[in-house]
Amino acid sequence: MKYNWNWGIFWEQSPEGTATYAQLLINGLQWTIVTALCAWVIALAVGSTIGVMRTTNSKWANAFGTAWVELFRNIPILVQLFLWYFVLPEVLPKAWGMALKQSPNAAFYTAVIGLGFATSSRVAEQVRAGIKALPRGQTMAGTALGLNTAQTYRYVLLPMAFRIVLPPLTSEFLNLIKNTSVALTIGLLELTSRARSMQEYSFQVFEAFTAATILYLVLNVIVVAGMRMLENRVAVPGYTVGK
Amino acid sequence: MFSNFDFDVIARSWQYLFFDGMAFTLMLTLLATIGGIFVGTILALMRLSGIKPLEYFANFYTTLFRSLPLVLVIFWFYFLLPYIGAWATGATRPMQVGAFNSALITFTLFEAAYFAEIMRAGIQSIPKGQTAAGYALGLSYWQVMGRIVLPQAFRNMIPVLLTQTIVLFQDTSLVYVLSLTDFLGAASKVAQRDGRLVEMYLFAALVYFIISFALSRLVKVLQERVAIVR
Repeated sequence: MKYNWNWGIFWEQSPEGTATYAQLLINGLQWTIVTALCAWVIALAVGSTIGVMRTTNSKWANAFGTAWVELFRNIPILVQLFLWYFVLPEVLPKAWGMALKQSPNAAFYTAVIGLGFATSSRVAEQVRAGIKALPRGQTMAGTALGLNTAQTYRYVLLPMAFRIVLPPLTSEFLNLIKNTSVALTIGLLELTSRARSMQEYSFQVFEAFTAATILYLVLNVIVVAGMRMLENRVAVPGYTVGK
Repeated sequence: MFSNFDFDVIARSWQYLFFDGMAFTLMLTLLATIGGIFVGTILALMRLSGIKPLEYFANFYTTLFRSLPLVLVIFWFYFLLPYIGAWATGATRPMQVGAFNSALITFTLFEAAYFAEIMRAGIQSIPKGQTAAGYALGLSYWQVMGRIVLPQAFRNMIPVLLTQTIVLFQDTSLVYVLSLTDFLGAASKVAQRDGRLVEMYLFAALVYFIISFALSRLVKVLQERVAIVR
């Protein structure tokens, strides 16, 4: 049983126009990165809001936050993407639905929103845990200084809470990068999808997947190193977080 | 809003959805959980064995699988297994592995990396004095692990293991990329056959939600139980 290895395949022209296979994979990597970054912005913004809501005293904010987290956490990401991609345009008013379907980058926008919201539930849990990990005295100190609730969160609680949850947020970001590959099912041409089409065109399946594997590993290492640097930069002297 | 939707399609296809699709999903989840915990426990024991090559291997294994997207790993195994099978049996043609077996092996080995981390935490949560006491009584390594450490580690980790099983249950939907008929695959096939994407995907989301939500409630209850017993 023999497999014909051909590592030179990366420099051969792909059937898709003018690019070599290597260029296609790099292009896929770029889409993976851009999608993950855009979705991360949504996940951080929405997730922080929901996380904060779940630590307030308001019953409604708590209930809404809990419902949000449970909803997005208990449906598989693939199904969520299908809901955004296939179902949303149908239940919107006709004109909006058509606009969504005909948008040239529909897969990209859907992936960003779908992955962003899905990840927001996980970010919310982390942010909530970070705020809850702070001593109660911090809220009281804020109140004693004459800060209102918003100011207490902005100047006292959140800066410390985010520092505490930086490591788990790093792994959520890594998960998000990996999850962008699920978007190949709605036609996003990200790294795994490119490796798959390289395999279909050239039949050099193991070269294609090896390259994708290495690129994912490198991406992982870079993100982990970057977040380490960020952790060290923002560390508050004398307040050792998690070490 | 739903006036031109036909939810009757669910009534027409529920037997296919559940007896074919959901049965596949649950079978895959159950077998991959059992296999994953088994392989994961072995990996955790290797990691904590103090024998350098075993430690490095387990470390490499868990880091590698945890760095890769499941979709890529599914593709890897789908194409790799026929070659491995042929190599192992000395055959000259790629072995027919079968889609279900391929998915089962993929999920078992992939989730093992995650279960290994959980079991490692579980084993490390058992006080050192217990292991020492076991050795002092003249028990062998396997007796200490099998009779003292692992039973307690499992017990302490049941909520976390179950949470990972919920993740695994949701992840099985990704066999969609191999066009297998799991629950989502079945829903998707009916959806395309009858042109009822909206109804079928909403229904699929609802079913996944109910099962995952119910299981996560169960985890909460178990968490309290385990905490009280200790």
